[in-house]
Amino acid sequence: MTVYFLCVVLLTMGLYCLVAKKNIVKKVIGVVIMDYAVNLYLIIIGYKTGGTAPVVEPGMGERALERFVDPLPQALVLTSIVIGLGVLALMVSMCIRLYEKHGTFDMSQISKLRG
Amino acid sequence: MNLVPLFVAIPLGVAFLIPMIGIWWKKSGEVLSTLSMVALSVMALASIGAPAVVHHMGGWVAPKGIAVVADGLSVLLLVAVNVIGLLCIIFSLKYMKEYTGLPKYYALFMLMVAGMNGVVISGDLFNLFVFLEIASIASYALVAFGVEADELEAGFKYLILGSVASVMILFAVGTVYAVTGSLNMADVARTISLDWSGPEMNPALLLAAALFLMGFSLKAALVPFHAWLPDAHPSAPAPISAMLSGVVIKSLGVYAICRVFFNVFGFAATSPTSVIIANSMIGFSVLSIVVGGLAAVGQWDLKRLLAYSSIGQIGYVTLGLGVGARILATGESTALAALAIFGGLFHLVNHAAFKSLLFLSSGAIQTATGTRDMKLLGGIREKMPITATTTNLAALSIAGVPPFSGFWSKLLIIVAVVRAGHLGVAAVAIAMAFVTLVYYVKLQRNIIFGEVGRNVENAREVSAAMYVPLIVLAFVCVGFGILAVTQPAIGERMLGPARDVLLNGAEYVKLVLG
Repeated sequence: MTVYFLCVVLLTMGLYCLVAKKNIVKKVIGVVIMDYAVNLYLIIIGYKTGGTAPVVEPGMGERALERFVDPLPQALVLTSIVIGLGVLALMVSMCIRLYEKHGTFDMSQISKLRG
Repeated sequence: MNLVPLFVAIPLGVAFLIPMIGIWWKKSGEVLSTLSMVALSVMALASIGAPAVVHHMGGWVAPKGIAVVADGLSVLLLVAVNVIGLLCIIFSLKYMKEYTGLPKYYALFMLMVAGMNGVVISGDLFNLFVFLEIASIASYALVAFGVEADELEAGFKYLILGSVASVMILFAVGTVYAVTGSLNMADVARTISLDWSGPEMNPALLLAAALFLMGFSLKAALVPFHAWLPDAHPSAPAPISAMLSGVVIKSLGVYAICRVFFNVFGFAATSPTSVIIANSMIGFSVLSIVVGGLAAVGQWDLKRLLAYSSIGQIGYVTLGLGVGARILATGESTALAALAIFGGLFHLVNHAAFKSLLFLSSGAIQTATGTRDMKLLGGIREKMPITATTTNLAALSIAGVPPFSGFWSKLLIIVAVVRAGHLGVAAVAIAMAFVTLVYYVKLQRNIIFGEVGRNVENAREVSAAMYVPLIVLAFVCVGFGILAVTQPAIGERMLGPARDVLLNGAEYVKLVLG
């Protein structure tokens, strides 16, 4: 249970960083922290203490099946990391372009649109 | 031969080919994307009225394998996405001439279409998330396509808020998997209806439902999750604004809400969770109608006005669906729920038609006059008769003037809300329908009629590639309005299957798992 709690703490830290920081690079870091908190959450779902890799070999009994780690969340996390990488690349390139336009990373100086 | 996976495969393949061929064939983007959108539109229109199709990818039967499902609701959205996509591509052929890097534009456009088609036909929660990300990433890049200061800022805001929504959705997908042990929507729905539809509430599922609702509402720009939309939609190139307002917020937001809550979580009459979800849907909708409508009145930037109006109109769509959900959740008359859901879906289709028409018109006006400030415009009726007529028809339609299509869908929604007994909500919806009329009269007076503005004096009618999509969409707006009264059977044929999917949420399980 503690790990789930710590995972949510990490998510909240990312959200705080995103909301409270004015520097857009720090906002990007906040988003990445949130992303990784969720990846961690997915891994914890499939985790089993003392588990083994889910590879079936001849001669394995029914007992062995119970010790397998759930492989599906790990496949999900791989996909999620790749998506996160794509989003991160886009975010960083937008930060660079914004810096070229304004000469600053400060969101309060960049912001002109009223939302 | 099952054609459903091609809705994703064709645009994805074309999006991959365009930048590669684009190096030595400059026109590749225009040619390939137009051809593939024509093919996709024909396929989508041909599947109206066909029986629901389930395709098991690679022969692996669900729930072990990944299913692709094209039922009534999916087909309705496929038609909207692909037909409006085709019209926006035709409009882009001329409009995007002033931009550089065109192969990239068409590649991103096709990627966005692939993502939306994927969301709509996916039968798996995680696949839905992946396609949602594909469509979102393409749309972030397209909003910032102009790479000027405003575009970049709007794109960055959209990107940050969109990422937060994605994090919420992925968290919810993980939680659902932890509780039910499956990601296939039908399998999850079966587990929830067997184990968790009683009065006892599973807190993990409630958390997942709340996260799904927040994440998808952010994508659908429902108030209070709307902050990105009024910046992002005006900053994008006009055809992209038309796609964003016309179909992206609907397929990524409204469709996903419908599919996840009506078909996966289900509005079982015995579960206390379903009333909570339905009530929050109604609450967000009423807020959106009020905030979007009132904010639109004060705008002088044409595209900003249209963007706020989108927030309000999406509110009407989700109001219809939310009231339908509430009736299902409290177990009252099914006929009334059917009416509310029908109204919501009808308004969804209408809004796709008239809002993309209005955004394309704003692009045509901007090309001809060089501005979208309503104070500098006026009197385009004399200089640009075709654009003026189509804009006028769309404005009348969205303002809810009878006999245009927007009137009938709003009427259905309001009648359903009144008969369901939510008189306060109905009063707000009616009052805000008049506010909609106010800001479209403002648009009409300041752009179409009135004295010829400073920038309009030298304006000329735009070329055929730009006004043909406008005329087609104007015919759709008028046609839906007339058909709704004279030929109810056609409306029933188009929207009936989609309504039945939402009304009988449990049928989805039988369809996919057999």
